[in-house]
Amino acid sequence: MSFFSIKVIWIKELKAYFNSPIAYIITALFLALSGLSFALSITGRFPEASMRGFLFGPIGPIGAFFLIVLIAPALTMRLFAEEQKLGTLELLLTAPLRDIEIVLGKFFAALSLLTVMFGLTLYFPLLLYWFGDPDLLPILTGYLGLFLMGAMGISVGLFSSSLTSNQIVSAVLATATLLLLWLSNVTSTLGDGELPWASLVRFLAMSEHVRDMAYGVLDSRDIVYFISLTAFFLFLTVRAVETRRWK
Amino acid sequence: MIEAKNLTKFYGDYPAIENVSFTAQDGEVIGFLGPNGAGKTTTMRILTGFTPATSGTAIIAGYDIQSESIQARGSIGYLPETVPLYTDMTVREYLKFMGALKKMDGTKIRTRISDVVDLCRLEEYADSMIGKLSKGYRQRVGIAQAILHEPPVLVLDEPTIGIDPRQVVETRQIIKSLGGEHTVILSTHILPEVSMICDRVLIIDEGQIVAMDKTENLSSKLGDITQIIMDVQGPAEEITRIIEQVSGVKRVSHTDAGGHNQFVIECDPAEDLRTELTRLTVEHGWGLQEIRTGGLSLEDIFLRLTTSEETDELN
Repeated sequence: MSFFSIKVIWIKELKAYFNSPIAYIITALFLALSGLSFALSITGRFPEASMRGFLFGPIGPIGAFFLIVLIAPALTMRLFAEEQKLGTLELLLTAPLRDIEIVLGKFFAALSLLTVMFGLTLYFPLLLYWFGDPDLLPILTGYLGLFLMGAMGISVGLFSSSLTSNQIVSAVLATATLLLLWLSNVTSTLGDGELPWASLVRFLAMSEHVRDMAYGVLDSRDIVYFISLTAFFLFLTVRAVETRRWK
Repeated sequence: MIEAKNLTKFYGDYPAIENVSFTAQDGEVIGFLGPNGAGKTTTMRILTGFTPATSGTAIIAGYDIQSESIQARGSIGYLPETVPLYTDMTVREYLKFMGALKKMDGTKIRTRISDVVDLCRLEEYADSMIGKLSKGYRQRVGIAQAILHEPPVLVLDEPTIGIDPRQVVETRQIIKSLGGEHTVILSTHILPEVSMICDRVLIIDEGQIVAMDKTENLSSKLGDITQIIMDVQGPAEEITRIIEQVSGVKRVSHTDAGGHNQFVIECDPAEDLRTELTRLTVEHGWGLQEIRTGGLSLEDIFLRLTTSEETDELN
């Protein structure tokens, strides 16, 4: 694997993001919605100096974590689908670089953009410090959770994009997958008691793994969960790109 | 140098190409000729490492396309049939990206970009968005991209398709100028193009190579046929009937070309029948206006090789 080849793809995709309106629209939407949940959570009837409202949302689950379910597919839908539509995938696949370098270059480009978006919310904790006395640890682990879940969301989106030449199909598929992974724990309580696979569906749910992080608890199982599923979807993406060669 | 050995590619049960073998020497321009769906693009995709062959090997500039894929791909410049371009980049940005993909360093990229922009006459459009360029200019950007890193091997899939006649001529000149330094393999179904720019022709039909030779050798290799073309005034049917009876004549076809009766007579090259035919016309009192020999044109050869009915007749 060559770092140089990954960088070439990474830079190309970053430029593409900033040359198209989509990155700006998504960033604006993310900042508006997460800002709203933050504002509501600190001005409500029981205001608290924490980031939990921003992360999980004061109304239902609509916080920054949940927004990843919507944002990651929008950021990644283009990445392979458009290359397939334009036929430029043929150029990439006949250039002297490995499939995994292409996948990682695109992955890091989307992850960089997402990290910038999260970075733009850093004024929330600053406001908390200005007006209150928040705990530092939940803020740090909360951002780590955002980053890890963001990486996983992007790997799922990248995989969906590698399966089709239609960006809409890619976005819908990724959103559906992420929504399922976000909500799968809900099904564990179906029926009279615990279903046989209850612990499995709970383990697979992203929402279970970010909850502790939002409270400042850092569990290695959560970190392993995100890193291994991200790696798994990146692996699937590489295989999907490979099978493109056979068609 | 390109060395293809027994390349076979199956799509499911359907063989796209079967046992395609050929060698292209350094500096040679090879024309890849065949009707649509004959397997030209499949072969090129195997050579460029885009798609793996079901069996067989291809060696590009000394590297095996499967086991030393990265090095082999680095030795190829490829223009796919669809001319894939990023429409939201300028020509210069695009070439810069392609150079970086091919692992050239920054200074080299800059000097080569100005070289290829000159060679492909893109000066005026170097900073235009690719999406706004006409088809012909896009084709040139595609060629510029292929030759940017000075690869020993160039693979061009239908490089002159869909562009206007003047641009076709220019594009051909560019390609011709690339031979000598590069081994070029180009596919086309425009026949005159092959005789204009290629050293050798490779004719492929239904996934198999049906002929492979120097352009000028192909007609003689096809062998036992030469043509005599006659313009004769007189009763066409009777003339045809009488000529057909001459020994050595294999086939007579007649066209009425604006009052002239033109006969194309295919015959055994062992004997020159012109004297005999001239004697006959005089004997019957027909007016002989012209008689000449003609070799088979590339079109004739192509049709003969790729149309089974005609090949049957030849045998």
